[in-house]
Amino acid sequence: MSSTPMIQLENVHKHFGPKQVLRGIDLSVAKGESMVIIGGSGTGKSVMLKCILGLLEPTTGTIHVDGEDVTHLRGRARKEVLTKFGMLFQGAALFDSLPVWENVAFGLIQGKGMNKKDAREIATEKLRRVGLSPDVGLLSPAELSGGMQKRVGLARAIASEPEIIFFDEPTTGLDPIMADVINDLIVECVKDLGATTLSITHDMASARKIADRIAMLYQGEIIWEGAKAEVDTSGNDYVDQFIHGRAHGPIQMELRKL
Amino acid sequence: MFNPLALVGQITLSALAEIGRLSRFAGTAIYSIFMPPMYWRHVLQQMWLIGYNSLPVIGLTALFTGAALAQQIFVGGSRFNASSVVPGVVVIAIVRELGPVLGGLMVAGRVSSAMAAELGTMRVTEQIDALVTLSTDPFKYLVAPRLVAAVLTLPLLVIVANIIGVLGGFLIGTERLGLNAGTYLKVTVDFLEQTDVISSLVKAAVFGFFIALMGSYHGYHSRGGAQGVGKATTNAVVSAFIAILLSNLIITVIVFGDGA
Repeated sequence: MSSTPMIQLENVHKHFGPKQVLRGIDLSVAKGESMVIIGGSGTGKSVMLKCILGLLEPTTGTIHVDGEDVTHLRGRARKEVLTKFGMLFQGAALFDSLPVWENVAFGLIQGKGMNKKDAREIATEKLRRVGLSPDVGLLSPAELSGGMQKRVGLARAIASEPEIIFFDEPTTGLDPIMADVINDLIVECVKDLGATTLSITHDMASARKIADRIAMLYQGEIIWEGAKAEVDTSGNDYVDQFIHGRAHGPIQMELRKL
Repeated sequence: MFNPLALVGQITLSALAEIGRLSRFAGTAIYSIFMPPMYWRHVLQQMWLIGYNSLPVIGLTALFTGAALAQQIFVGGSRFNASSVVPGVVVIAIVRELGPVLGGLMVAGRVSSAMAAELGTMRVTEQIDALVTLSTDPFKYLVAPRLVAAVLTLPLLVIVANIIGVLGGFLIGTERLGLNAGTYLKVTVDFLEQTDVISSLVKAAVFGFFIALMGSYHGYHSRGGAQGVGKATTNAVVSAFIAILLSNLIITVIVFGDGA
């Protein structure tokens, strides 16, 4: 690839005490590309996202964002890098002390120092973008259904028009129809912004809808990576077992916690 | 095989590690207080939650303690010169020890637990991670306002506790024990010294710091869902109690240790 990748992980390891969660991740996401990481629970998907965001520090290895080495950044430099990111959390992670519109406007007001009036206008527009009326902005997050919370979370993630957006299990806990609505919204919003995205999911329907490329994480390593269309003909037994959701195969479910 | 020495070693090591983590947390928190921006709206909000809402429990505790104290001292053999002993001992005991310590413990029970539960829930629902991804430092946004608010509010609460405590002694002394009201007030004012008041307020501020620190620390580091939050809440209250009682002893020895 000619241009520098937007996100690049090289040989990233993360240990928690004696427990090895990431065992040498190599991954590269090109600018404007939508990469989806699939894999079962406990394979290190969330840890990988948190390492890129700087919520966790990798034990060894390097992480580049837009060509800049961000592996060990802290303080102001880390804050600077984080302005490029938006993230939709698994449980939406809305601030329940603030009304919906302030949740959406939070990054603009706190992170970018925008005045409340302008931020509120943008928040209202982003809420409309995800199919919610301005009245919803006045509610408290606790009054919303799971699907609506996800939409607000999405509105918050795109509010500051980030270059990179992370989606952590965007459809988990939603009914199949709402899941599809969210998938559509993700695809549209990402197209609007031209953002680079990295998603983690174990929902294959979601992965097929939002991905350009798919990578599979298993026991802390990327064991397969390819274009979305190749996922059905990967010839990889692990991938086949996962995408068809079979209990039997090379992947043995760990019933006991490590 | 059971090895008692190994157990002692293990407990010592984990206690030292915990103190190290707590100190680091406290250091980061104090640093974040002095680095702009400060979220003053949050400070005021927390002062309201800590201060105003604690008034009933503080008032009741002080009133009953002061009253019981007056009764005890009167009964304890000093009834012959009760008119000077009762007011003097009540005001010294309340202002130097019982006002700040009981007030601190009461507020710790209310506030450390509430802070740990709130921050703990924010931790397990990833709201603290969300703050970071929105370019907001959780120490500045959550921890610093709580520490500042508690350090500013506790002295105010302890002033209230001291006054109501003395009032409790006054009520029992004049209504039940037959002491003269005018003499009671005069002796109270005569006995009280500036050092007593200053040490009372210093203690209150220090207790306020520990109340907010323990609540924030245990909440911030809670893990493992609802059960983890419950554990964080308990640990916050217990460790705040210990910190208050220990720092009270240290301050008392420093201020009054030479017999002043």
